[in-house]
Amino acid sequence: MSEQQNQKGAESGHVSTIYHEHEEWAVNMGESTIHAKRMPGFFRTLKYATESLWLIFFFGAYLRWNGKQALLLDVNNRQFHIFNLTILPQDIWMVSLLLLLTAMTLFAVTSVASRVFCGYFCFQTAWVDLFTWIEEKVEGNPNARHKLDAAPWNAKKIQKKVIKHSIWLAISVFTGISFTIWFEDAFVYWHDLLNLNLSMLEWSTLTAFTFGTYFLAGFLREQTCFWLCPYARIQAVMADSQTIFPTYDVKRGEPRGKIRRGAEADSLKLGDCIDCFQCVQVCPTGVDIRQGQQLGCITCGLCLDACDSIMDKIGRPRGLIRYSSLDELDGKPVKKLYQHPRTLVYIGIIFIALAGIVWGLTHLGSMTLRVIPERQPLYVSLSDGSIRNRYEFKVVNKTDKDLHVTVSATGGIPGQVIVGSETPILTHHGRGTSFTIFVKAPADAIKLEATPIEFHVQAVEDAAVVAQYDSKFSAPKR
Amino acid sequence: MSENHNSAGGVPTTGHVWDDDLADFTNQPPKWWMIGLTASAIWVVLYFTMYPALPFAATGTFFSGVGLPGSGQWTAIKELAEDQKVLDDARKQYEDKLESMTPAAILADSALTEYVTRSGKVLFSDNCAGCHGQNGIGSVQNGDKFAKREQGLMAPILLDDDWLYGGEINAIHETITGGRQGMMTAHKETLSAQQIDDVAKYVKALSEGSGDSEAAGKKVFTESDCTACHGGDAKGIAAMGSANLTDKVWRFDGSLEGIKQTITYGVNSGDADARVAVMPNFTTAGKLSATEMKKLAVYVYKFGGGKAEEAAPVAAAAAPASAVEPVAPAAK
Repeated sequence: MSEQQNQKGAESGHVSTIYHEHEEWAVNMGESTIHAKRMPGFFRTLKYATESLWLIFFFGAYLRWNGKQALLLDVNNRQFHIFNLTILPQDIWMVSLLLLLTAMTLFAVTSVASRVFCGYFCFQTAWVDLFTWIEEKVEGNPNARHKLDAAPWNAKKIQKKVIKHSIWLAISVFTGISFTIWFEDAFVYWHDLLNLNLSMLEWSTLTAFTFGTYFLAGFLREQTCFWLCPYARIQAVMADSQTIFPTYDVKRGEPRGKIRRGAEADSLKLGDCIDCFQCVQVCPTGVDIRQGQQLGCITCGLCLDACDSIMDKIGRPRGLIRYSSLDELDGKPVKKLYQHPRTLVYIGIIFIALAGIVWGLTHLGSMTLRVIPERQPLYVSLSDGSIRNRYEFKVVNKTDKDLHVTVSATGGIPGQVIVGSETPILTHHGRGTSFTIFVKAPADAIKLEATPIEFHVQAVEDAAVVAQYDSKFSAPKR
Repeated sequence: MSENHNSAGGVPTTGHVWDDDLADFTNQPPKWWMIGLTASAIWVVLYFTMYPALPFAATGTFFSGVGLPGSGQWTAIKELAEDQKVLDDARKQYEDKLESMTPAAILADSALTEYVTRSGKVLFSDNCAGCHGQNGIGSVQNGDKFAKREQGLMAPILLDDDWLYGGEINAIHETITGGRQGMMTAHKETLSAQQIDDVAKYVKALSEGSGDSEAAGKKVFTESDCTACHGGDAKGIAAMGSANLTDKVWRFDGSLEGIKQTITYGVNSGDADARVAVMPNFTTAGKLSATEMKKLAVYVYKFGGGKAEEAAPVAAAAAPASAVEPVAPAAK
């Protein structure tokens, strides 16, 4: 694992080293609540900025567009509405590309700078940060909170705890509401909620999200990252010696020791780390970064802020704890980003997925057509000797109004007649409409058992709304 | 490992010791686990009783069960009935209208026509497909079972535009409600083998558009009783159900041998070798309701061969296509 531990392992050269190493992993298994200190700094500010992106989650669903919800994942009606765009189940392949895109972005970021997602953006991190911020406002700084936890129950303690948990629960309820309104009309939902008129599914979703948020962000906190989150476990395979993460510079820091006044000569032998434990105190997961890269580290950079502020105070250069790669620490040449093949592969896949989505969105069309030729029978011989085929047309009208369509065909048989669309046919918006079309062709003109024919539908109201589909005209053996 | 080995240390064991020092503790399972086990056992009994697992005749029906509190005595049969009701309610708006409408009026309403064509398949498959084939494609009868000789087509193909009794919606409806049984006499007594051969050749040529090339056959056709039923122009008379001999669709078998057989032994003529063609009367059969027969008429009409009434009523043409749907704007 870490440089330090590797060295120890090499020294003892015994198979049981792995157990010694395990003993040194000071992972809090939930035996004590971590009350992390908040220190201002660059990464603290960055973390606030990235976490505030979650405001979109809370308020994005209220955005209206043409009198309807701008972003609505209407799973009940199997429609996604994104501004003017309606995505029906036929276009769901783009969602899988979107999932691929987000997964690859996660991988690419992780291969460059390890668990950036965990440290700056993960909902668990964001909600825990919000919950502990409230805790600090209500109960005071970490020392005060530790004291309060240990103190016997009295009116003041009860008051503080009640206030804190009430706010937590309120946020949890709002989280549940905010999640649900992405899947149905936000204002209708609020109306139903205020009238206590939600469906069973809506109530259970709200309850599950409320208690899930309350429990995970209020109580489980960093234990979620340690024991529940799969991403925390797989990130190790996406990081390598070129990946940067918050690292303690062992060569510069060791041996650590406190500064004593008037002991200048003595301090020369010591490293830059003064063992002030600020890096541990600010850590939201309670790890000691000086033990090297480890399971509990979510790479949020708060220890960098803490260490830099101490280095400033004692007049030593910043960066004792800094973002660096294993290569850099080992003194190996640091490669450029473009020399990192894995990242390039991830980025390549990102672009492929992105291209697919862009193609899909631009070629979505406002109408789709599928034509299913009748198979029993393939054709019918008529009394004048001509051959008739029957087709089932399925038109999906993705616009927001009902349209009438006309049917035409290219290819096929010379002299063919389309029967069944003499008057334009009504297609309902937002769902499929099917109707029957016959094509009649003179037998003499038919040359093949199966002649290619392309059908077109065009809206009467809007000539730009068109769709076509390739099919076959079947005839008896010649 | 071995130095940390935890010996029994006073905890009671089962007394069975193996591999030198291994023994079973007789510790109780954890309390939470025991509570869970007991609660599960109680739950099983309650659930078995309250779920309709026991046929308690609490509220009439045998399987009504006791029901879980607040479940409204749920049973699978009740759920099925409720689901069925949803379907029936959805159909009711159409079914109610169909009852009082004529087949022609149903056909004039696009929404009702759509309902009938989408839901008629089951009716057709259950009652018509036996003779007319699945989707009305016709079925070939291979002799002996139904008629003594090879029958050719057992019942007409309903997909094409050739009709013995007319393809108008009312004619089709009449065929279903009243049945049809046409008759063609056997000509083995009245015509010689040569004459039958000649007239068969003439009729086959007629359908191919070269009737004048068979002068001998034409003479037989016009001078014997053929024209009485098939008409002077050989185009058949719908009122009698006689076949149009000039088109390219054959009721039974269009080969020369097939035509000769039809002429020799006739259709429903009483001859042992005659072709048999009987459309049963579905009203007297009592299998279908009046509404179902109307639905079938529209369903068959919409196979593609249905013919508009000779004099299309002007009022009907000008009326909206459907009371349910808006009028389509004119095509550009």
